[in-house]
Amino acid sequence: MRLFSPTIRAIPWLAIALLSLPVVGGLAGVLAPALGWLPALGGDELTLAHWRSLAATPGLGDMVRLSLTTGLVSTLVSLAIVMLFIGAFAETRALALVRRLLSPLLAVPHAAAAIGIAFLLTPSGLASRLISPWPSGWETPPDYLFPGDPWGLGLIIGLVIKEVPFLLLMSLAALPQCQAQARLRLARSLGYAPLTAFAKAVLPGLYPLIRLPVYAVIAFASANVEVAMILGPSTPPPLAVSVVRWINDPDLAMRFVASAAALLQLGVTLTALGAWWLGERLIARLFHASLTNGRRHAGDGLWAGAGGLTTLLAVALLGGSLMGLVLWSLAGWWPFPALLPSPLSLHAWQGALPGLLDPLAQTALIGVCATGLSLALAIGALEAEQLRGQGMAAWAELVLYLPLVVPPVAFLFGLVQLQGQAGLAPGTLAVMLAHSLFVLPYVFLSLAESYRRLDPRWAQVAASLGHSPASLFLRVRLPLLTVPILTAAAVGFAVSVGQYLPTLLMSAGRLTTLTTEAVSLASGGDRRLAAVYALMQLLLPALGFALALTLPRLLMRHRSGVLDP
Amino acid sequence: MTRIALLAHRHRPAASSRSLGRWRGRSLTGLLSAIALTITALPTLAQDDALRLDDWAAIERAAKGQTVYWNAWGGDSRTNAYLAWAADTLEARHDIELVHVKLDDTGTAVSRVIAEKAAGNLDEGAIDLIWINGENFAAMKDNDLLFGPFAEALPNHDLTRPETNPEVRLDFTVPTEGFEAPWGKAQLTFYYDSARLETPPGSIPALLDWARAHPGRFTYPLVPDFTGSTFLKQALIELATDTAPLYEPAAQSDFAAVTAPLWDYLDALHPHLWRDGRHFPASGPEMRRLMGDGELSLAFTFIPSEPAAAVADFQLPPTTRSYVLDGGTLGNVHFVAIPFNSSHKAGALVTANFLLSPEAQAKKLDPAVWGDRTVLDMAALDEAARATFIDDRDNPAALPADALSKTRPEPHPSWMARLEATWLERYGSQ
Repeated sequence: MRLFSPTIRAIPWLAIALLSLPVVGGLAGVLAPALGWLPALGGDELTLAHWRSLAATPGLGDMVRLSLTTGLVSTLVSLAIVMLFIGAFAETRALALVRRLLSPLLAVPHAAAAIGIAFLLTPSGLASRLISPWPSGWETPPDYLFPGDPWGLGLIIGLVIKEVPFLLLMSLAALPQCQAQARLRLARSLGYAPLTAFAKAVLPGLYPLIRLPVYAVIAFASANVEVAMILGPSTPPPLAVSVVRWINDPDLAMRFVASAAALLQLGVTLTALGAWWLGERLIARLFHASLTNGRRHAGDGLWAGAGGLTTLLAVALLGGSLMGLVLWSLAGWWPFPALLPSPLSLHAWQGALPGLLDPLAQTALIGVCATGLSLALAIGALEAEQLRGQGMAAWAELVLYLPLVVPPVAFLFGLVQLQGQAGLAPGTLAVMLAHSLFVLPYVFLSLAESYRRLDPRWAQVAASLGHSPASLFLRVRLPLLTVPILTAAAVGFAVSVGQYLPTLLMSAGRLTTLTTEAVSLASGGDRRLAAVYALMQLLLPALGFALALTLPRLLMRHRSGVLDP
Repeated sequence: MTRIALLAHRHRPAASSRSLGRWRGRSLTGLLSAIALTITALPTLAQDDALRLDDWAAIERAAKGQTVYWNAWGGDSRTNAYLAWAADTLEARHDIELVHVKLDDTGTAVSRVIAEKAAGNLDEGAIDLIWINGENFAAMKDNDLLFGPFAEALPNHDLTRPETNPEVRLDFTVPTEGFEAPWGKAQLTFYYDSARLETPPGSIPALLDWARAHPGRFTYPLVPDFTGSTFLKQALIELATDTAPLYEPAAQSDFAAVTAPLWDYLDALHPHLWRDGRHFPASGPEMRRLMGDGELSLAFTFIPSEPAAAVADFQLPPTTRSYVLDGGTLGNVHFVAIPFNSSHKAGALVTANFLLSPEAQAKKLDPAVWGDRTVLDMAALDEAARATFIDDRDNPAALPADALSKTRPEPHPSWMARLEATWLERYGSQ
C-alpha cells in the first residue's frame, strides 16, 4: 500500500501519453505526406502541389459547407431538444421513463441506427409503406430525394437521434452536481414557471458542466463517416467521406491529396468548434440581462410542448428504425408496399449464426479490455487530483479530449505507420489500445464530474478515523462511486463496440468484430444479414448497460443512500 | 466478379490525371518483350526472394503449417462461404491455415502495404494474398509493391492455356507479367423485373428511349464505384464512332472528341434517372437493394450469377430475368496477387495454385455456391474434370447459356481514370 500514492500520481501522465502520442504522432504521419513527403510513394520533396490539387477538387466548397452545417445544426438541435425536455419534464414521470429508455438507445451503434433510419424514411421504407397504396395511391415507391438530400437534412436527423441520448445522459449525470433540484425548487417557490425557472436558475450552471461533451458531439458530427455515407448526399458528400475515399483510392498519388484533405478536415472541425464557442459568448452576452429581469413566464407551454414533441419524435424515429431492423432480419422476399414481411422467416438468422460466435467473442474481449484499461486510467487520474488537492491543469484536460476533437480520419493513417515502426503486431493488443484512445475520453467524460463533486467531507471523516489514502480510496470513494463508475464502464464498452476504422486499420483487417462484419455486409447490399449483425452489435452494449443498472443493486444491497444520487 | 475492384475505385479530383503519365510510352511490343523477359528472369528473381519458384515440391514443403492472410472483399455471403470452403480444403490437403481478412474496400489493403513499406517493413507484411484487379493492380505494380513474377510458375496455370486465352495475362489491357494469377471472370449483366417490364432495352441508345418512357426506374452506381464506371465504359464503347483509341492509353488520343458522344448521352439520360440523377446508389449491391425494394425496374451487375442467386436468397423478385446487351457487354478477368513483403509467400503460392485447380474452379462455378466463371480452358482438362464443370440446372433468372459469348474487352485503365475524373467534374458536385 506504500506504493499507492506514487502509482496514482504516475497515472495521469500515463493517460496523457496514451492519448496524446498516437494522435500527435498520427497527425505528423499525415502532415508529412500533405506537404509531399512520403518516400515509400516517391514523395521526397516538400511541396504545396497537393494542396493546390485539393483546392481544385470540384465541389470542395460544398463538402466543407456540408460538414460545417450538418455538424453545427445537428448539435444545436440535439442540445435544444435535450434542454427543453429536461426543463419541461424535470422531476416528472416522463423523465424517469426516458431515463430508463436511455441506456438501450445510447447503445445503438451509429451505423446500425443510420441503416435503420434510412430504411424508415426512404421512398420504399416503412413510413411510406404505412400509407401505401392507400391513402397515398403509391403502387410503386415515389421518387423523392430523401435521405441523401443536398442540404443534409437526412444526415442531420440521423445524427440528432444518436446525439440526443448521449447529451441527455451527460446532462442527467451533471444535474445533481449543479444543485439543480434545489435551484429549481427555489425558483419555483418564487413563482417562476417550470421552463423559465430551469432556463434562468439551472441552465447557466448546467451548461459549463456539459460543455466538453457538447464539443465532442460537434467534432463527431462534423467529421463522421459512417452516418454520412448512409444518410448524407453523395454528389458531393461531406468532407470526411471524401477523405476516406481518397485514402482508399487505387491511384496511390491520391494519398498525398488525402493527407492534405485530412488536415483540412481538422481545420473544418476546429472552425465548427470555434463558431460554437463564439456563439456561446454571444448568447451569454445577449441573455445576461434577461436572467435577472424578473419575468416569470416566457412562453412556457409552447416550449414545453416543443420539447416533449421533439423528444418523442426522436425516440419514435429510433424505435421505428430498430423495428425495421428486426423486421428485415426476419424477412423473406418483402415487396413494396407490403407493410409486414410475410411469411416471417428465420432464414437470415440461421445463415448468420454459425459465423456470429467468433466476432461476438472478439468484440466482447476487446471491449472489456479497452474499457478496463480506460477505467483504471480515468479513476487513477481523478484520484491523483484528490491526492494533489487540485484539479487537472487546463492543458492536460484538453489532451484528454484530443482523440474526440481531432477527426479520426485525420490521424489514423499516420498511426498505422507508427504502429509498424513501433513493431506492434497488428492484432488484438493493437486494436485494444487504439480503442482505448476513444474509450478513455468517454469514460473520463462520464465519470469526472461525479468524482470531483463527491462531498469532500467523506474523505475528511475517513482520514480523521485514521484511514490511509489507499484505504480511503478503496473503502470509501470507490463504493460511493459505484453507480457512476459502472455507468462510465457501460458507455466506454458501447463506444468500443461501435469502433470501425480503428479496428480495421490496427488489426490489418485480421480481426473480425460485429462492427466490421456489419459494415462490410452493409456494403454488400443484403439487408437481412446486415440487420442480423446490426442487432447483434446492439445487443452487447445493451447487455453492458443492463449490468451497470443491476450490479449496484446486488453489490450495494446492504448500504443505503449509495444508489440515489 | 472482381468485387475487389468493384469497391475500390474511388473519388479522384481532376488534378490526379497527372498520374496518367505513367501509362505513356507503353506499346504492345514493349508488353510482349516485358512478358518474355520476366519469364526468362524467373529463377533469378526467385533466388532473390529465397524461394525457388521452379521447385514446386520445396514450396509445398515450406507452405506446411503456414497461416495465409488473404485480404478479399467480404461483402457477399456466397463469396465468403466459398472462401471458407477453400480454407477447409487447404487445411486438409496442405496443412495451410487460410484466414479470410474481410475488406469492404481493396484500397484498404493497398494502404496497408504502403504503410508497411514506408515503415521499412520489407519482409514481415501482414498481407499474404490480395484479391485484386484493374486500377488497384496497376497502382501496386507501378509502385513495386508486388511479389513476383510468380503466376506462370504455378503448376495449374497451364490449365488456363494463356496462349489461346490471352485475357488471363491482361488486366484492363495492362500485362500482368506474372505478378497476379487469374482466378475468375466477370461480365456486365443486365437484369429486370419481368412483372414490370416486358421487353428490356437491348442497347445503350435504346436504354435512353426506355428511360424517357419510364422516368425514375433506372440508375447507375455513383462513379467512381467500379460498377458505375463500368457502365460509363460500356456506354462509351457503344456510342464512340471509333473504338480503336480505347485500347491505347487515353493520352494518345483526343479525349474530349472521343468521349463527346458519351457526355451528350448522359446529359440526355440523367433527368430521367432515379431521383432525377441528383443522387446515385453507392454501389452495385445497393442498386440490387433498390431493385428488391421496387424502386428500380432495370439494373445491372458485373457478376453474371448475381440475379439468380439473389432470387434464391429472397433479395430480388422471383420474376427477375437477366440478359446481356445485343452487341455484347464488357467482361474481364480477376486475379490474386502477393504483396512484396508477404510473410508467408510459400503458403500464398500454394493457395493461388489451389484456386486454379479444376476442383476449386468447378466448385466456384456452381451457381448454388457462387457462380463465378472459370478461367480454365476446357480443352486443357481431361474428360472427368470437364464433366464437373457442366451445369444442367434450369433457373429462369439466370442468363441463357450462350449470352456470355458476347464479351467486349476492357479498355486501357487510363480511360477509366479519365472518365471518372471527367464525370466527377461534370456531375459530381451539382
